[in-house]
Amino acid sequence: MDILESGVGELIQPFDLDEFREWNRTKKSRKLEDKVMSEQEAVSRFVYDGCYIGTELYGSVRCPMSLAREVVRQNKKDLRVCGQGVLELDLWLAAGLVKKLDITYIGLELHGTSSALRRAVESGQVESCVEWSNGAISWRMKAAAMGVPFLPTRSMLGTDTLKYSAAKVVEDPFTGVKVALVPALILDVVLIHVHRADKYGNAQIEGISGFGAEIARAAKRVILSAEEIVPTEEIRKYPDRTIIPYYLVDAVVHAPFGSHPGEMAYVYGRDEAESKVWVEASKTAEGAQAYLDKFVHGVKDHDEYLKLIGDERLKQCVELREKRV
Amino acid sequence: MTETYSKTELMICVAARLFEDASTCFIGTGIPMLAAMLASKTTAPNLVPIFEFGGMGAILEDLPRAVGEARTFHKGIAAAGICEAMETAQRGFIDYGFLGGAQIDPYGNLNSVVIGDHNHPKARLPGSGGGNDVGSHCWKTVAIMQHDARRFVSKVDFVTTPGYLSGRGARESAGLPRGTGPAYVVSTLALMDYDPDTCWMRLKATHPGVTVEEVIANTGFKLIVPQEVGQNAPPSAEELRLLREEIDPERMYI
Repeated sequence: MDILESGVGELIQPFDLDEFREWNRTKKSRKLEDKVMSEQEAVSRFVYDGCYIGTELYGSVRCPMSLAREVVRQNKKDLRVCGQGVLELDLWLAAGLVKKLDITYIGLELHGTSSALRRAVESGQVESCVEWSNGAISWRMKAAAMGVPFLPTRSMLGTDTLKYSAAKVVEDPFTGVKVALVPALILDVVLIHVHRADKYGNAQIEGISGFGAEIARAAKRVILSAEEIVPTEEIRKYPDRTIIPYYLVDAVVHAPFGSHPGEMAYVYGRDEAESKVWVEASKTAEGAQAYLDKFVHGVKDHDEYLKLIGDERLKQCVELREKRV
Repeated sequence: MTETYSKTELMICVAARLFEDASTCFIGTGIPMLAAMLASKTTAPNLVPIFEFGGMGAILEDLPRAVGEARTFHKGIAAAGICEAMETAQRGFIDYGFLGGAQIDPYGNLNSVVIGDHNHPKARLPGSGGGNDVGSHCWKTVAIMQHDARRFVSKVDFVTTPGYLSGRGARESAGLPRGTGPAYVVSTLALMDYDPDTCWMRLKATHPGVTVEEVIANTGFKLIVPQEVGQNAPPSAEELRLLREEIDPERMYI
């Protein structure tokens, strides 16, 4: 198969499929073990300087915000990150933790471009931005989840998105059409927030699944946070809803309102006012730092963060939740 | 009585009228969401909106503020995931994609990555998101843009999302699915389509009160201007009522 075109972007996370298989064989226990721990313990044990890390879903929807804030609190540096993100990656960028990005989208949605991203990239603090489409990055995770080295796609062809990615274009040996090959992405650690999990890490979500199934299977370490820790019998009653089985999971953190100020389908709606606090604060580096000082470093853990936000606000978010009809 | 309305309201109305009833449409963040919602309440009640993180067939009762918000699958037919949404497009099931961007060129290529050089950008923009996938796989795409010469440029700084690339046949040569490409551009000044022979952007109809000269002056490349240029109808009282009272009562966009 001849390579017709190669993206100039760096393959930020080179991979070895047999090493991944070996990892999954030797480093991932099949035993049902209690993995419940605090954000502090989970991040300190599994996130490390220089690791390749991803978050799911994204900063305003079912996002592991309590874990993302803990990463900032522990000042995990030189992170290599794949991102579509909103607030979670903005916080990391503002805190200067990100060294390299496999980027699809980092922005503030209806509030526009991310000032934190602009400062971090335009100043050169982020050393490289490798471009991908949202589909492509998800298929990279899917390839890793499948245990294969790449997936072919007809996305990105003919564009600068491909040119500045690490994809390659080849002629499909079966039909002769040109396809882009996107390489498997095996992440060192991922953070995922779910509706419920048992203490072993069997996890269920409601609403859209985003790329939860793919990223959990594409990672060496999975830190799960959950709105609710439920007895295993609850999981076994609805096994059809399990999106992440326990053996993929390394840590289970109980994090009610763990996605705040983002939403959690059917549990609470987004806290738009609180989201806007970041939109405004992040316009300047000083403002962003003041936000981090108050909402991240100024509280010792997620419980204190929730106290800072206040019950009244959280109740309003619950009122604003999507309701099943 | 003459109703007053903003350029944004008019742009949303003109975009909304392009939605075909009972079609599947990929909806991006922002103005496309308002247009889809207006269409679903007027001319396209059986519209099937698809959002990239997996929301399919929602009844759009409240304006989604993000492509993953629960409103994107409110009373929906499915709450799936991103791979399912993108693969549905890739296998030819999505009729239209509605997109935005920071820059557009005469072939409908869109930029949402950088202004300036990629490695040393003057401005780093959010990135492709699902834009590239939507522009690659949907049968037809519609771009919705503010109209000025900084946005309508002869060459975009970065081709994030493919339009017709370098012209007729270029999409197919690059390997993109046959028979796909940009159909319309809705701007704050006019509605544009593409010349079928050259795939170059063509003025189709100006908005009320906007002259052809004004459109030309605000476009950074030579638009094809046919002899007959149409005029878009102003927003109806009902369209404005829906926009202001039901779709965006908090005035986040309008």
